[in-house]
Amino acid sequence: MPIWDRLWGRRRTSSGSTAKERLQMVLVTDRTDLSPEKIEKMRDEITSVISKYFTVNPDEVKINVERRQRDSWLVADIPLLRSVNKTSESLDPDDA
Amino acid sequence: MGAKVVTVTSGKGGVGKTTVTANLSAALVSLEKRVACIDADIGLRNLDLILGVENRIKYHLVDVVEGRCKLQDAIVKHKQFPNLSIIPAAQDRDKSAISPTQMVAIVNDLSPHYDYIIIDSPAGIERGFRNAVAPAQEVLIVTNPEVSAVRDADRVIGLLEAANPRPPARLIINRVKAEMIKRGDMLTPDDVFDMLSIPLIGIIPEDEAVLVAGNRGMPDLGSRAGHAFKTIARRLMGEEIPLKDAPTPGLFRRLTRLFGGRT
Repeated sequence: MPIWDRLWGRRRTSSGSTAKERLQMVLVTDRTDLSPEKIEKMRDEITSVISKYFTVNPDEVKINVERRQRDSWLVADIPLLRSVNKTSESLDPDDA
Repeated sequence: MGAKVVTVTSGKGGVGKTTVTANLSAALVSLEKRVACIDADIGLRNLDLILGVENRIKYHLVDVVEGRCKLQDAIVKHKQFPNLSIIPAAQDRDKSAISPTQMVAIVNDLSPHYDYIIIDSPAGIERGFRNAVAPAQEVLIVTNPEVSAVRDADRVIGLLEAANPRPPARLIINRVKAEMIKRGDMLTPDDVFDMLSIPLIGIIPEDEAVLVAGNRGMPDLGSRAGHAFKTIARRLMGEEIPLKDAPTPGLFRRLTRLFGGRT
C-alpha cells in the first residue's frame, strides 16, 4: 500500500499546475463573459461558415480565447484540407 | 506638497490587506516618512487592533463625515511610531455611511500634513471598495497564491482598468510558502504574475511573526515578512530594487515576445 501510494503520488500532477490550468480557464470565462459551452457553440458556427469556402475537418478546427497580458484574444487555428483543384486536375499528365 | 495616496485592496477577504496596510505604513515611517493610514472597512474595523491603538479611539471616520468632530480629533497617533497616524473606521455603521466624494474630501484635508496616505480597503467590489479606491493615486492589490484569491484579484484589476481616471496598480503576493512551492503544491509567484499581468511590487513570505505581531498590536519590521514590507515601502518610494524571488527579466521578455512584443 505505501509503495502504491508513493507511485500514485509520483504520477499525480502537482496541485500547483492544476491550479494554474483551472485559473487560466476561469479567468477567460470571467473576462469575456463567455462560458465554455458558448465558445463551443461559436466554434461550430464559425466552422460551418468556413466550410462554405474551404474544405476543413471540423475536428481539427481550434478556436480558443487566450489571455495575452491583460487582453483577451480570439485565436483560431484552422487547417485547410487539400482539396482536388479543378485546374491542376486538367493539367495532370495522365489527362493529356 | 501633498501626500501620495495609496489604496490597499484585494477583492477577496482574508488575504492580508489590513496586515499589509499596517506593516507598509510602519515600514514607511521607519524610512522617515509621515504616514496616515485610514481604515475604510466601516463596520468591520481592524486596522486599530493590528496597530495596537484600539483603546485610544475617540472618534472615527463617520464622525468626521457627519460633522461630530474635526478631522484632527479622529486621528490616533501611534505610540512607538510618532509619525504614524491612524484614522479608524466606525464599528456600528455600514459602508453606505460614507460616499466616494466624502472619502476624497477627507484625504484632501489630510494630504498637506503627510508624505503617504495608505487606505485599507474592505473586501468586496461594492461601495466600500469604491470609497477606498476613489482618492487613490496608486492601488496595491494583495493576493495569495491560491485560486480564489487570484481570481478575485483579476476581477478587481478589471474594474480598475475600466475606472476613469484609471489609477496605476501593482501586485503584492502575500503568504508565499516556499516549502509548498518546492513540492509543486502552490502557485508560484511566476504563475500569479503570468496570469494577472500587472507589475509586481513585492512578495511576502508566509511568516508566523506576522500573526505574533498582530497578537501584540506591534508591527515587527525585523521579521522576514517585515523585511519584505520594508522592501515594498522602498519600491513605493521609487527606489529600484530588483525582485529576487520574482519573475526574472528573462521570463518577462519571453512573455512579452510571446504576447506580441509589447512591454
